[in-house]
Amino acid sequence: MVENSTKLQIKNLNFFYNTQQVLKNINLDISEKKVTALMGPSGCGKTTLLRCVNLMHELVEEAEALGEIVLQPQNINLLGLDVDPLWVRERVGMVFQKPNPFPKSLFENVAYGLRLRGMKNQTELSDRVEMALNQAGLWGEVSDRLQKSALALSGGQQQRLCIARALAVQPEILLLDEPTSALDPISTAHIEEQLSEIKKTVTVIMVTHNLHQAARCSDDTVFMLAGEMIEKGKSQKLFTNPQDKRTENYITGRFG
Amino acid sequence: MTRSQKRKVFNFFMKLVGLLSLALALIVLLSLILDLAIRGGGRIDMDFFTSFPSRRAGQAGILSAWVGTLLVMLITAFLTILVGVSAALYLEEYSKQNHPMTKLIELNILNLSAMPSILYGLLALGIFVHYFKLGASLLTAGLTLSLLVLPIVIVSTREALRSLPSNLKEASFALGATRFQTLYYYQLPSAMGGIMTGVILALSRAIGETAPLITIGALTYIAFLPQSIMDPFTVLPIQLFNWLSRPQAEFHVNAAAAGLVLLTLTLALNLIAILIRIRVRKSIKW
Ligand SMILES: Nc1ncnc2c1ncn2[C@@H]1O[C@H](COP(=O)(O)OP(=O)(O)OP(=O)(O)O)[C@@H](O)[C@H]1O
Ligand SMILES: [Mg+2]
Repeated sequence: MVENSTKLQIKNLNFFYNTQQVLKNINLDISEKKVTALMGPSGCGKTTLLRCVNLMHELVEEAEALGEIVLQPQNINLLGLDVDPLWVRERVGMVFQKPNPFPKSLFENVAYGLRLRGMKNQTELSDRVEMALNQAGLWGEVSDRLQKSALALSGGQQQRLCIARALAVQPEILLLDEPTSALDPISTAHIEEQLSEIKKTVTVIMVTHNLHQAARCSDDTVFMLAGEMIEKGKSQKLFTNPQDKRTENYITGRFG
Repeated sequence: MTRSQKRKVFNFFMKLVGLLSLALALIVLLSLILDLAIRGGGRIDMDFFTSFPSRRAGQAGILSAWVGTLLVMLITAFLTILVGVSAALYLEEYSKQNHPMTKLIELNILNLSAMPSILYGLLALGIFVHYFKLGASLLTAGLTLSLLVLPIVIVSTREALRSLPSNLKEASFALGATRFQTLYYYQLPSAMGGIMTGVILALSRAIGETAPLITIGALTYIAFLPQSIMDPFTVLPIQLFNWLSRPQAEFHVNAAAAGLVLLTLTLALNLIAILIRIRVRKSIKW
């Protein structure tokens, strides 16, 4: 296997809300089975970029994405008109900033995506649920109360449950939008630890405002500013030796 | 008087007015129940529920009336849930929100809920009884009453759907759910409490309706039980009305007893709605 094969190629992506241009000509390759961090000041379009990848933007009427987002190895442009959004969302999972479990049991939360795909066999469901909870580092804490309501979990546990829910359908790409910004440091550490486990099988793209987090747990980092991609590089390199003046200013806290 | 003293006096005065009007309303309701209970309570026994109406007040019962009410309510509930919930789902999830057509439909629903119920009776008489030749049947009654209470169910179902957090809907879509799957697996189960509350309140409105049913030609005297939904029927409020319009005082006792049964049913339905609402409120913790 090639060490650094590309999982996703974003080509000339422009994004509009009505007439307001939010993303400007983004060109970006995402490496397979790595964690790529997206960072940049608030409002620069990180969430928007992320939501384009699993076509969540199509739920907003005034939104329009122009350009290409090519999934490899299938070599399919996700923004193509003939592509079924459901097909895309089967392969690209997403976890949101605020934990959002369903008001159902832990088990049913994780099994949600599997049931959508028609899985009925109870043992098969149980296996997949356990596997996903393990990947999200939650199994040990909750294995004895899978039938209890997910709403009784702590915020950090809820977020890991949401990660498990996204992983249960075995996506190729996992999108995380500031997954730890609503959590305490210990819960954050839990999730960061799990990332190295998750990326063994899944390509992760993570938005974060926390520079330390980006430096700690990502392989690549992308810096965005006002809808443009300014710089992309290996995280160690980008944080110690940024090529662009604006990246340097941001990292050293001079703005943002 | 200083300003704060003035405010205190004013607050006290407002509280007093509020309490008095509340007390007045409760006293009226309680005295109504008491009055019915004193006059009709003694008349209620097993025979009262198992006898058909009769010319002799002492032997008359409400068998055909409560069976009629039950059947009409079942048909109404079925039709109302089917049409009302689907209409609400369409308006809330599928229609274009700012389309003039949607606005027109919404305006109409609001207007309908303010229409006097007897007009529904006239409408039903023209359409169901004469045009579709359904007669003064259980089916016609169910159709008429469900038309009458549809706005209640549509509005409460939409409210229930709207009160669900939208980020969970997104979560469902992000997992690859279609609009329909999102409704079926997440929104409907989560909104069920609110929807059922609306349905029950609608039924508690329908159960007491008399005017539209008299308009479609419901009978006031029936000494048999309906065998199909195409059969004629009577309901509790009509039976009550019938007894009340007799000159003999014995029949008025029957009317009070039937009134007590009707009131109990209505209050029971409202109680169920309240219990459901409390349960739903407890289970929501976002
Ligand atoms: N639904 C929407 N309709 C119109 N404009 C929107 C919508 N969502 C986002 N925007 C605009 O798009 C721009 C980028 O927003 P986006 O949420 O992608 O930023 P972000 O980088 O994720 O910010 P943050 O760090 O605060 O989450 C903002 O100017 C925002 O106002
Ligand atoms: Mg964002």
